[in-house]
Amino acid sequence: MKRKLVVIGSGMASGRLLEHLFDAAPDAWDVTLFNAEPRGNYNRLMLSPVLSGEKTYDQIVTHDDAWYAARGVDCRFGEPVVGIDRANRVVHSNRSSARYDALVIATGSAPFIIPVPGKDLPGVVAYRDLEDTRAMMDTAGKDAVVIGGGLLGLEAAAGMAARGARVTVVHLMGHLMERQLDPAAGYLLQRDLERRGITVHCKGATKAILGTDRAEAVLLEDGTVYPADLVCMAVGIRPETRLAVDAHLEVERGIVVDDALRTSDPHIFALGECVEHRGQVFGLVAPLYDQAKVLAKTLMDQDAVFAPVQTATKLKVTGCDLFSAGDFAEAPGREDIVFRDPGRGIYKRLVLENDRIVGVVMYGDTADGAWFYGLMKDGADIGPMRDTLIFGPAFQGGAAADPMAAVAALPPEAEICGCNGVSKGTILNAAAGGACTLEAMRSCTKASASCGTCTGLVQQVMALALGGEVQDAPAGMCKCTDHSHEDVRRLIRSMGLKSIPAVMQDLGWKTVGGCHSCRPALNYYLLAEWPLDYRDDRQSRFVNERNHANIQKDGTYSVVPRMWGGVTTPSELRAIADAAEKYDVPMVKVTGGQRIDLLGVRKEDLPHMWADLNAAGLVSGHAYSKGLRTVKTCVGSQFCRFGTQDSTGLGIRLEQVLWGSWTPHKVKLGVSGCPRNCAEATCKDVGIVCVDSGYQISVAGAAGMEVKETEPLATAATEDETVAIVTAFVQLYREGARYLHRPYKWVARVGLDWIKAQIDDPATRAALIERFEISQSVYRRDPWADLSTPAEVPRWAPLADLTLEAAE
Amino acid sequence: MTLFVDIGSLDDIPRQGARVVKTAQGCVAVFRTADDQVFALEDRCPHRGGPLSEGIVHGTSVTCPLHNWVFDLNSGQAQGADKGGVLTYAMQVRQGRILIDAGLIRRSAAA
Ligand code: SRM
Ligand SMILES: Cc1cc2nc3c(=O)[nH]c(=O)nc-3n(C[C@H](O)[C@H](O)[C@H](O)COP(=O)(O)OP(=O)(O)OC[C@H]3O[C@@H](n4cnc5c(N)ncnc54)[C@H](O)[C@@H]3O)c2cc1C
Ligand code: SF4
Ligand code: FES
Repeated sequence: MKRKLVVIGSGMASGRLLEHLFDAAPDAWDVTLFNAEPRGNYNRLMLSPVLSGEKTYDQIVTHDDAWYAARGVDCRFGEPVVGIDRANRVVHSNRSSARYDALVIATGSAPFIIPVPGKDLPGVVAYRDLEDTRAMMDTAGKDAVVIGGGLLGLEAAAGMAARGARVTVVHLMGHLMERQLDPAAGYLLQRDLERRGITVHCKGATKAILGTDRAEAVLLEDGTVYPADLVCMAVGIRPETRLAVDAHLEVERGIVVDDALRTSDPHIFALGECVEHRGQVFGLVAPLYDQAKVLAKTLMDQDAVFAPVQTATKLKVTGCDLFSAGDFAEAPGREDIVFRDPGRGIYKRLVLENDRIVGVVMYGDTADGAWFYGLMKDGADIGPMRDTLIFGPAFQGGAAADPMAAVAALPPEAEICGCNGVSKGTILNAAAGGACTLEAMRSCTKASASCGTCTGLVQQVMALALGGEVQDAPAGMCKCTDHSHEDVRRLIRSMGLKSIPAVMQDLGWKTVGGCHSCRPALNYYLLAEWPLDYRDDRQSRFVNERNHANIQKDGTYSVVPRMWGGVTTPSELRAIADAAEKYDVPMVKVTGGQRIDLLGVRKEDLPHMWADLNAAGLVSGHAYSKGLRTVKTCVGSQFCRFGTQDSTGLGIRLEQVLWGSWTPHKVKLGVSGCPRNCAEATCKDVGIVCVDSGYQISVAGAAGMEVKETEPLATAATEDETVAIVTAFVQLYREGARYLHRPYKWVARVGLDWIKAQIDDPATRAALIERFEISQSVYRRDPWADLSTPAEVPRWAPLADLTLEAAE
Repeated sequence: MTLFVDIGSLDDIPRQGARVVKTAQGCVAVFRTADDQVFALEDRCPHRGGPLSEGIVHGTSVTCPLHNWVFDLNSGQAQGADKGGVLTYAMQVRQGRILIDAGLIRRSAAA
C-alpha cells in the first residue's frame, strides 16, 4: 500500500526532492503538496531574467500541471498550511487537511523587512516570488528604490533599470555585496551599475518610507530623500520556521535537522532554506539540491548523509561578471594574490592560507572561476604554481594557452554546473550519448538549467566532446572570444574600434594577446574598415604576409614577381635569371598562375633579391597574400584567330587596378578571349569571358579543395564597365566576407541576388568603387620596395651571430 | 653562475616578434612580448623543424608558422594536445640591452 507523503511548500528544494522520489520509487508514495503561492514549482533563480525581460514566466516553470497530474500529486496551491497536528499526523490549511505518514517541511525563507515607519505601505515589496517580480516589472518611467545592495537587491535594481525605471540602491555598508566582494571588486561593480544609470548610495541607513496612501519616497538617516513609486526591500532572509515553532519542533535559527534531514520528530523532515544543519543555514540553491538527494534516499529508507560543500556566488546581471567563493577576510597568516587590469575593469584576488586557496573574488573576467573554485574545494597545494596561479590554468605548465584548452585540462570530476552539481565527466558522457544541443544537455543532466551562469562553460565542455561547435552555441571567432566574425566586424564599425587592443578590450577578449587565428582576422577587419586611420600590424600577420614571401618546409622562402596578366619581356626574364643565379636559387618553376617562382631563398637574401628585381621593374606578385593573386589571361584578339576582345589587355588592366589590395582570402581572376575559355576563367573567384557583344562577368568559382563553376553576375558592353563591376564586387567582398572565406563561400552566405542588387544600383556601385580607391591609395604599392631600404635590410639578418665570436 | 653576453638592443626586436641569434648550438629565437618580456628558445619546432621565430606571438606563447603548434615561451613546452618542447635559454634585459647565456658561444654543448 502507498504511504502518504505531505509536502509543505513547493519551491526549489521540494521540487527537486519530488523529482528524485518519483524517478527512484514512482509507486511508493501518495503525495499531497501544499503551497502558499497559487502555483507549482518554478525556477525561482530565474525571476531576475523575468524581471529584466530576458525571459517570460512560462519559460521558468519547472513543473506544470501535466507533470503533477502524471504523478498523481494532490496539489493544493494557494493554500498555506497553518498548523501541524503531530499527535494525529495531520496538517491543516484554512480550507483542507491532509493526513501523513511522513511530512516534509520546505517552506523556504521569508524576506527580512526592516522595521521602519511606512514599511507596510502599498508599493513596498520584497523580492521573493512572482508577485514581487510583477510589481517591479511595472516600473518603467517611474522611480524605484532598492534597499539592500546584496545579490538580490542588485538583480532587482538591474532588472528594473532594464525595464526603464530610475533606480537608486541604498546600501548600509561601505560597498556593494560586502559579504561576497572586497572593496575593490565592489567598486568595479558599482561603477558598472552606475554606467547603466543606477544610482548607488552606500553607507545609507533607511530611516523611514514616506507616503500617505502608498510609498512616495525613502528617507535616510543622513537626511537624503529619494523619490520612490516602488520600494524593494532586499536586506536579507530568515528561515521560514513559524509552523515548526508552533508544532514545538526543535528550532534554532532554522528548523534543526540531522544528517538524514530528519527533524526532532521522526515522522517529520525538512529541507531547503528553512532548515539549520549543524549550525549552518542556507541561502543558495546548490546545497539544497544535495539535501533533496539525501532526503529522497532517507524517505526510501536508504542511508544517506548530507554534507554541505562550499558554494560559489555569481550575480545574474548581464554585463556584470562577478564570481566569489570562500572566505576573503584579512587574517593573520593569510596572503593575497591580486591581479588588476583597470583598462578592462578586471580584478581578481585569491586569498591563500598555507599554500591553499581559501577565497576567490573575481570581477570583470570570471572565466577561470571554476578552476580556482575546484582548487579551493580540493584543498590543492598551489605552492608550485604560485607565481602564475592568478593567470589561470592557461598559464600553468602543461596546460594550454586558451580557455578551451583550460576546459580541456579540467579533470572529469571538476564541477561545471554549481547549482546542480554536474561535473565535466557527466557532461562529456551525455554529449557522447547524443545530447548535442544545450536544450538536450539541460534536460538530461540539468547542467545550466538553474541559474544559467555556467552556460558558456557547459557549451565549451560540449564542444570539447563533440569536437566542434555546439549546435545552438553562438560560434565565436576563435577560442579568445564568443563573438562571431560577423559580430566583430559589425562592432568594429559601430563602436569605432581602431586598433587590435581596442577590439580586445572593448569586446572582452578572453586571452591576453589573442591567438594566431584571431589576430590576422582582426588586422584585416581593421584595415578594411579604416584604411586611412588604421596602421597595419605586421606582427599580427602570418609569416608569409609578414615577410612577403612564402615560407617553405625548410624555413627558406619562395619569391614570385608579378607578371601582369601572365605577360613578360626578355629583360624581365633576364633579371629573374640573374637573381636565380646570384642567390643560388635551387629551383625555378613556372607556376599554375602564369608566372615564375624562385624557390628556396634564404631569408637574409630576400631584401637584396627584391632590390635587384625592383631595379628591373618587377614588383611583388603577392603569391603569399590574402589579397589579389593572379589574373590569368589568354592571348585574345591580339593574336588568336577566335579572340573577340583584348582579353590580355583587360587582364593586365584589372591586375593593375586590384593589385596590392588585401582581401578576406586570396582572389584570383581569369580573362578568356572567347568561350573556348583558355584562361580557365570559369573556375576563378572572378571570371570574364569575352564575347562579340562584350564581356560576361561571372563570380564565385573555385578550383582548390572544392571545384565549382562560376555564376553569372553581369554582362558589360565596355572594358570600363567591366572594370567598374569587378572592382565593386571585390570591394563588396572585402567589406562583408569573414576572414578566410573565399568569394564562393561568402556568395553562398549572402546570396548572389543580393550582390547583384548592390552592383546594379549605380549609386551603390560608385560608392563601393570610391571606397576601394581610398583603400588603394594606401595599399597599392610594392611591399618589396618598402622592405628593401637601407633601414630595413639589416632586420632580415640574424640579430647576432655568436658562432663568429666563438671563432675569434 | 651564468655569464651573459650582449646580443643587441631591445628595440631591435619588434614587439610581439622575434629575431634569430646564430649560435654554436643552432639558431636561437629571441622573442619580445607586447609587454616587453624577453624569452630565448631553440628556433626549431620539434614537430617538423619550423622556425618558431617566424610564428605569431600572442601573450607569452608563440604559434609555429608551419603547422600551428603552440609553445609556451616560459617553458618551451608545446600546449594543448601536442607533445614536445624546445630548449629555453637564460636571458636578461639590462638598460635596454639584451643579454643571453654566454654558454651559447661555446662550441661544445654546455648542457
Ligand atoms: C606555386 C603554386 C604551385 C605551382 O607551382 O604552380 C602554388 C603553391 C602553393 N599554394 Fe596554391 N599554388 C599555385 C596555384 C594554385 C592554383 C591554380 C591557380 O591559381 O590557377 C590553385 C587552385 C585555384 C584556387 O585558388 O582556387 C591553388 C590552390 C591552393 C589552395 C586551395 C585554395 C582553396 O580555396 O581551396 C591553397 C591553400 C590555401 O590557400 O589555403 C594553396 C596554397 C598554396 C601554398 C601557398 C601552400 C602554403 O600555404 O604554403 C603553396 C606555396 C608553395 C610555396 O612554397 O611557394 N593553393 N593554388 C601556384 C602559384 C600560383 C601563382 O603564381 O601565384
Ligand atoms: C530573485 C531570486 C534570485 C535568486 N538567485 C539565486 C541564484 O542565482 N543562485 C542561487 O543559488 N540561489 C538564488 N536564489 C536563492 C534560491 O532561490 C533559494 O535558495 C531557493 O529558492 C530556496 O529553496 P526552498 O525550496 O528552500 O525555498 P523556496 O524556493 O522559497 O520555496 C518555498 C516555498 O514554500 C512556500 N511556503 C512557505 N510557507 C508555506 C506554508 N506555510 N504553507 C505552504 N507553502 C509555504 C513558499 O510560498 C514557497 O513557494 C535566488 C532567490 C531569489 C528570490
Ligand atoms: S598542391 Fe599546392 S599546397 Fe599542395 S603541395 Fe602542391 S604547391 Fe603545395
Ligand atoms: S613544424 Fe612546427 S608545427 Fe609543424
